[in-house]
Amino acid sequence: MHYDLIVIGCGVIGAAVARLASLRGLGVLVLEAAHDVSCGASKANSAILHAGFDPEPGTLMAEMNVRGVELYREICTDLDVPRLENGALVLGFDQADRAHLELLLERGRRNGVADLRIVGQEELRALEPGVSPEATAALYAPTSAIVDPWELTLAMTENAIANGARLELGARVTAIRLSGEPGGTFTVETEDGRSFTGRSIVNAAGVEAGRVHRLLGGSDWGSRPTRGEYYLLDKSAGSAARHTLFQCPTAAGKGVLVSPTVHGNLIVGPNAELLDDSHAVETTAAGLAEVAAAARRSLPALPLHENIRNFAGIRAACDVDDFIIAASPLDPAFINLAGIKSPGLSAAPAIAERALELLRAAGIRSADRPDAVRTRKRVRFRDLDLEERNRLIAADPAWGRIICRCETITEAEIVAAIHGPVPATSLDAVKRHAGAGMGRCQGGFCGPRVQALLARELGRRYNDICQHEPGSHIVLGPLGAETTEGGPS
Amino acid sequence: MIPCQNPDRLYDVIIVGAGPAGLAAALAAWEEGARDILICERAAEAGGILGQCIHNGFGLEIFREELTGPEYAGRYLDLLADTRVELLTDTMVIGIDGHETTELARGGRPGTMLHAPDCHRVRVTGSSLDCRDLRARAVILAMGCRERSRGGIALPGSRPSGILTAGAAQRYVNIEGWSVGRRVVILGSGDIGLIMARRLTLEGAQVLACVELLPWSGGLIRNIVQCLNDYDIPLLLGHTITAVHGRRRLEAVTVSAVDPRSRRPLPGTEQHYDCDTLLLSVGLIPENELTRAAGIPLDERTRGAIVDENMETATPGIFACGNVLHVHDLVDYVSAESGRTGRAAARYALSRKATPTPRSGSLMVLPAGELSYVVPQRLTRSGLARSQTLYGRVRRPMPEAYLVLESDGVVLARWKRERLAPGEMIRLNVPAAILQQAGGSLELRAEPAESATPDRHDVNRPAAMPPEN
Repeated sequence: MHYDLIVIGCGVIGAAVARLASLRGLGVLVLEAAHDVSCGASKANSAILHAGFDPEPGTLMAEMNVRGVELYREICTDLDVPRLENGALVLGFDQADRAHLELLLERGRRNGVADLRIVGQEELRALEPGVSPEATAALYAPTSAIVDPWELTLAMTENAIANGARLELGARVTAIRLSGEPGGTFTVETEDGRSFTGRSIVNAAGVEAGRVHRLLGGSDWGSRPTRGEYYLLDKSAGSAARHTLFQCPTAAGKGVLVSPTVHGNLIVGPNAELLDDSHAVETTAAGLAEVAAAARRSLPALPLHENIRNFAGIRAACDVDDFIIAASPLDPAFINLAGIKSPGLSAAPAIAERALELLRAAGIRSADRPDAVRTRKRVRFRDLDLEERNRLIAADPAWGRIICRCETITEAEIVAAIHGPVPATSLDAVKRHAGAGMGRCQGGFCGPRVQALLARELGRRYNDICQHEPGSHIVLGPLGAETTEGGPS
Repeated sequence: MIPCQNPDRLYDVIIVGAGPAGLAAALAAWEEGARDILICERAAEAGGILGQCIHNGFGLEIFREELTGPEYAGRYLDLLADTRVELLTDTMVIGIDGHETTELARGGRPGTMLHAPDCHRVRVTGSSLDCRDLRARAVILAMGCRERSRGGIALPGSRPSGILTAGAAQRYVNIEGWSVGRRVVILGSGDIGLIMARRLTLEGAQVLACVELLPWSGGLIRNIVQCLNDYDIPLLLGHTITAVHGRRRLEAVTVSAVDPRSRRPLPGTEQHYDCDTLLLSVGLIPENELTRAAGIPLDERTRGAIVDENMETATPGIFACGNVLHVHDLVDYVSAESGRTGRAAARYALSRKATPTPRSGSLMVLPAGELSYVVPQRLTRSGLARSQTLYGRVRRPMPEAYLVLESDGVVLARWKRERLAPGEMIRLNVPAAILQQAGGSLELRAEPAESATPDRHDVNRPAAMPPEN
């Protein structure tokens, strides 16, 4: 099979490109190194669709952010992705902040962000009663929204697959060759010895984008992997803030935010720490303490004791202080989408549009397919009424069996995720695709049961089921067995 | 026990959970005369956590002999065998009186219902019964507790496999029959962690250390002796884990000593332990999502419902008992408390009353000093006229201590206790004669004996009551 387009990387950017290309009739192959989609920055970020007042006017970040969040209104509806326009407040604590709020307001207006205004202390407190009394003013951005980034990436990938795209997981790209002159054929090889050919490539490899471009013989953009650490609080703490609460940005980033999530949890983070290692996603005591202290400045009564999970993500930042959305100097049909730090999630669908424009310039033409599948639906037991639930249970009793008690996720939903267009084959993948294990007990109760479902549905041994990537075994082997095949050594 | 007969009828009592609390409550409700009793259980069989507790030490109080967990559950199932209590397994309760736990998950507001309805509605879903509301005059919440997970202690580091709660490990080993690891470190010295230290050792694993942040263990003394000391497993008091290493499977943890006051790690004290497994035994949390969704007020100290001496919550006809109410140390005490609850729920249902127990004249029992909580939190007027058992825990170990019951600043009674520890629940029987003297407030205080000087208010009172058993 010779593809029109090979997308390298299936985070939110790769998924957005694959979806749009497949809607426009291109034959698409997506190569993802990990065992699941959304395994890099797309799974570990603030889950915010930024209004667009932060990026410098005239940058790609500004343009793509504002266009991207506009596109999401329709995309999230079409693909059944939870999105909530909860509004954002950038808190100002002193005169210097006040000046910064004015600057952001002006930037936002130049970027075309609607309904921005500065509110005084009284209105701020009315909007967000728990906010620190030290905050004297705020920039109010009512169009700021929150989204489920896992579901978003999954939904766009599934939609691409529904329109004929092919996804290969566990396919780490190790070689790229170009045969003939520009306009020739790309051959892409993966670590496991497979090879694929295509007319064009979109490099959406996140923190690996520099490496992927070097495989073609290109240069990278310097790497500035910047880690951000987070707390995720229980739903019982989800009402501690209604809006996304920012502080004035610093050179390091947008600063620590406190925000509800679309699932009703509270997310707190991130800090910004420049590292050498673009895969060092561990959290640190110092980093978490920094996040906690900064967040309490916004919300003094922050109930951090309701924490259920800490995590860290790596921003794919580079030496260029903007997104890189451009054809490679080596070949116009090799499009680099690199340096996609924040607001990358917000910008993804706009970046996809731009990538297809660049491909068109390289002779890869595409047009909307009238027969394309534009929508995708996910059935969530907990959101149904009694009648709808019972219709499902009558057809399949697995709809009545709650496996994840914290999130009310049924066996049928987990089985559907395991056999979905993007198969969930690990415990963490089931968590991201179906929601089981993302609640307050973090899989303490449902973990063994999900593991049993994975073994049953995939026809694998119980002890071969992993937490996340291959090698992350949960149990070693039957009790009493001296050694275990497939277990860690 | 029999399967569910007719889910459409009006039950006297519906019990949420067939663990030790639910079974004891059901038996007591039957003995009290209730005949339409249903237990809803989300697992495939009754017994709750007892099924995986294959060690002994259960039943010394209730049955006067030492039983394993499954044997203890078996005794209750035997006692229930001759009753017509109904059991619905593979069925999960997801809401009460129209308030689903999923509403909270969607950002909805909890319900508030402080009047007494003719009946309560219990929403269930399961594979044997569709999703529907069952009806009962009285409901007993007996959902138990869950283990605090890694997030609950914000344990820093990478996120490999091989980090699991002690109870999850217990299930993998004892129920599923799988080995969870070869080189094991345990964080926290709760009872399940201690039990698993021994269990994994017996299965051939090497348990390197049990690491406890506090200067004392929260586990039972007998478990420290029988599960750690007997196997030469070091208990590192005043230590914690400051980093987790490994990308796929756990490879090592960093253990640091902590400052005794601030409990912050002390730089320079780091020790590296190569291990493939980390068990967490860092606390149990009553599982009150149903309770919260129904708008029933909770006690932030116990994280369980606020109840009176009948274990009745603020919502008339809804009761709570066992670990969902407050975390117990011994299952025998769960059974005793749940028996009291089952009898009260049956009386409530059989009286067919539609008016709540009068709240006027009831008193809150407030914990003070070194006492971290008291259950029941409230005594009604009729409760104050009878002897009552109060439960509580102390914040720190005290070789000798006094429990002091005060009303309006006047000491009503004082009990001397030895070897009080946070890991062991206090049970205090307060005679009616003392409770009858209560005025407008009640406070139960624990204080170390060394600071317990004669109280200026108690010159006319007995200096000490005989210790309770």
